[in-house]
Amino acid sequence: MNYYVMKNNQRINLLDIPTVNFESLRAQLIATNLRPIAFFGSDWGENIKLFVALADDEKGEILVTSSLIHKSIKEYESITKENSQYHMFEREFYEQFGIKPLNHPWLKPVRKNQDDYEFFEMQGAETHQVAVGPIHAGVIEPGHFRFNCQGEKVYNLEIMLGYQHRGVEDLMVKNPSNQLVESICGDSVIAYSSAYSQLIEALSETKITPRAEIIRRIALEMERIAIHIGDMGAILGDIAYLMGKETYAVTRTLVINTMLEVSGSRFIRGLTTVGGVNFDISADMSEKIISTLDYVKKTVDKMTNAALNSPTVISRLEKTGNISFESAQELNMVGLMARSCGLNIDSRFDFEDVYYKGIERKAFRATNDAYSRFRIRYKEVKDSIKIVKKLLEKLNKLGNQALITTPNCLVQNSFALSIVEGWRGEVVHIATTDESGKISRYKIKDPSFNNWWGLSIAVRNNGISDFPLCNKGFDLSYCGFDL
Amino acid sequence: MFETLKMKLWQKKQYIKDIKNAPMREQFRGLPKLTNSICNGCEQCIKACPNNAISINPLKIDMAKCTLCGACKNFCVGAINFTNFYKLAADKPEKLIVTEEITPELYYQRAIEVRKEIYSIFNRSIKFRQVSAGGCNGCEMELNACGNANFDMGRFGIDFVASPRHADGIVITGPITKNMAYALEDCYKSTPDPKVVILCGTCAISGGVFKDSLELNREFLDKYKIDLYIPGCPVHPLTFINAILDFVRKK
Repeated sequence: MNYYVMKNNQRINLLDIPTVNFESLRAQLIATNLRPIAFFGSDWGENIKLFVALADDEKGEILVTSSLIHKSIKEYESITKENSQYHMFEREFYEQFGIKPLNHPWLKPVRKNQDDYEFFEMQGAETHQVAVGPIHAGVIEPGHFRFNCQGEKVYNLEIMLGYQHRGVEDLMVKNPSNQLVESICGDSVIAYSSAYSQLIEALSETKITPRAEIIRRIALEMERIAIHIGDMGAILGDIAYLMGKETYAVTRTLVINTMLEVSGSRFIRGLTTVGGVNFDISADMSEKIISTLDYVKKTVDKMTNAALNSPTVISRLEKTGNISFESAQELNMVGLMARSCGLNIDSRFDFEDVYYKGIERKAFRATNDAYSRFRIRYKEVKDSIKIVKKLLEKLNKLGNQALITTPNCLVQNSFALSIVEGWRGEVVHIATTDESGKISRYKIKDPSFNNWWGLSIAVRNNGISDFPLCNKGFDLSYCGFDL
Repeated sequence: MFETLKMKLWQKKQYIKDIKNAPMREQFRGLPKLTNSICNGCEQCIKACPNNAISINPLKIDMAKCTLCGACKNFCVGAINFTNFYKLAADKPEKLIVTEEITPELYYQRAIEVRKEIYSIFNRSIKFRQVSAGGCNGCEMELNACGNANFDMGRFGIDFVASPRHADGIVITGPITKNMAYALEDCYKSTPDPKVVILCGTCAISGGVFKDSLELNREFLDKYKIDLYIPGCPVHPLTFINAILDFVRKK
């Protein structure tokens, strides 16, 4: 196997990445059982350089390799045909560079305008189509859903995205900033800004203080707690259990308002910066966080207990929107949704992180349905509360340290990769620099990029009225996907 | 069922009674406070601002571009500060420019003029259709939060409705991407007259951090009249609710 083995948040020289012949790369990718986390092109003079990164979750390593494709070559034999995990990646690569994967099962556009696109159609008695979006009934982001149904039952759901495309990857090359990164996906502010900051710190070989590192992780866990609680409420709202909806919404407010007191923004904007963090968490503040979390835990415990003892709630959640372990693996699902299907992927623990050392990784008994998606959020809220408390303890022992370290210049001709486990799953940021030390390519992979396809599998053979429930259980990002 | 009812007792009353004078935590970054005499002209703030919202001699911050990130303050010698004043909305873009003379009271006083026709048509109750045209889900989540048990916007007769046909106006979030331009205009045309258009969030008002993107199409804003600008990144629920209450007030 011809790979360069690297760690998370590490800088390597571009020259160290082996460049292999495309045919042998293809054979390697089909043979391996490691999951892809990146598969993207970069303009390389007369060629297009294809970078591939695979994650070895057991060893905590990332395997990187590349291949040069001359610009005159316009097609290649698709990998998806043999290994379905590359399905989305190949579609994206085709859209960005126009090199066609032959025999790709479904070469639908990813983000570009799809006005002329012809949807799947189903014919027969009692079949009908339901078109929803791009503007939805609720206050959410735009996306188009096309259901093919027979009666109430969904046979196929086709999802069309791209409405949110803002050309973020180009903007990140032209004028990268923490403010821009925070607005790529506004519900995962800390996940995105940490990934970007860690990436730039790796590329510039800047070492930030442990205090700043711990504060970033506390913020990351607080973000997870807040959004998970909000989502638990939203799931219950979609089955019209309004007591649950309102209670969780109000409890979420407590968490985000605590973070407002730290960073001046309810979604923790402005906290992270390249080189560290802008705000400190004092001893008083950490006591306040702990007492808030104690109250939050009490309320969430009581509310979850009440909800899950209610037969009306259970009957709607159980066995709705099933997605099997095998499907999840085939679709390359990641993060929260993968864990709710029994795949044990969590980049906080898979890749070495000294600040998560000594924190127990708890198992989850997955049932693969909406019930599982509700329970895993409850479990992760409880886990994250414990993690925040442990991190605060570590923080208070540290004593005074600088919050910001001035970053150095970026090292030329480098490649770096940063993975952060946001609340949805792994947020992957990759950048390469050119000979003048400027960013030449910036690639982002949101967990939603993997998981949207899972949603359309999950709603198959369910009643169409259960779609909101499935959708909220997944709660995927439109803008993280569209970039 | 009794478990569920017990939760009601545990929760007690959650709503903010006086939403117009609701207290805000002092750490919140709201309206900037500028002091020209301290400014030494080092231009660090201009370099730190990714949105070109700041100009010096004299110091000025354009709230249409400011994302309230606080980066300028971190580099400043003390001339730029942020108050926790959250009533940031205005009915004209010129009114969003903050200079030294502008105190929170002055800013608020001139921000939204009473329009008699708004009151006579809508009689304080106004329903919106929200269109996210490239919004990052920050403003969307905050707009959803406006309806929760804390802020409870519904008690003032303000709501988000599911169809433009039921709406009195549209609230736009996000920088308006090319791919959403058609849907946005479609939504506008589907809303019955008379209607209002509200831009919510810095991205919607000026493009914000995405202003240089080639994937935007902001022609909509040139074609149609905008009635209200609500800055923020994201817009705080109190900012939004107070903006609408002021917008539909009688006097």
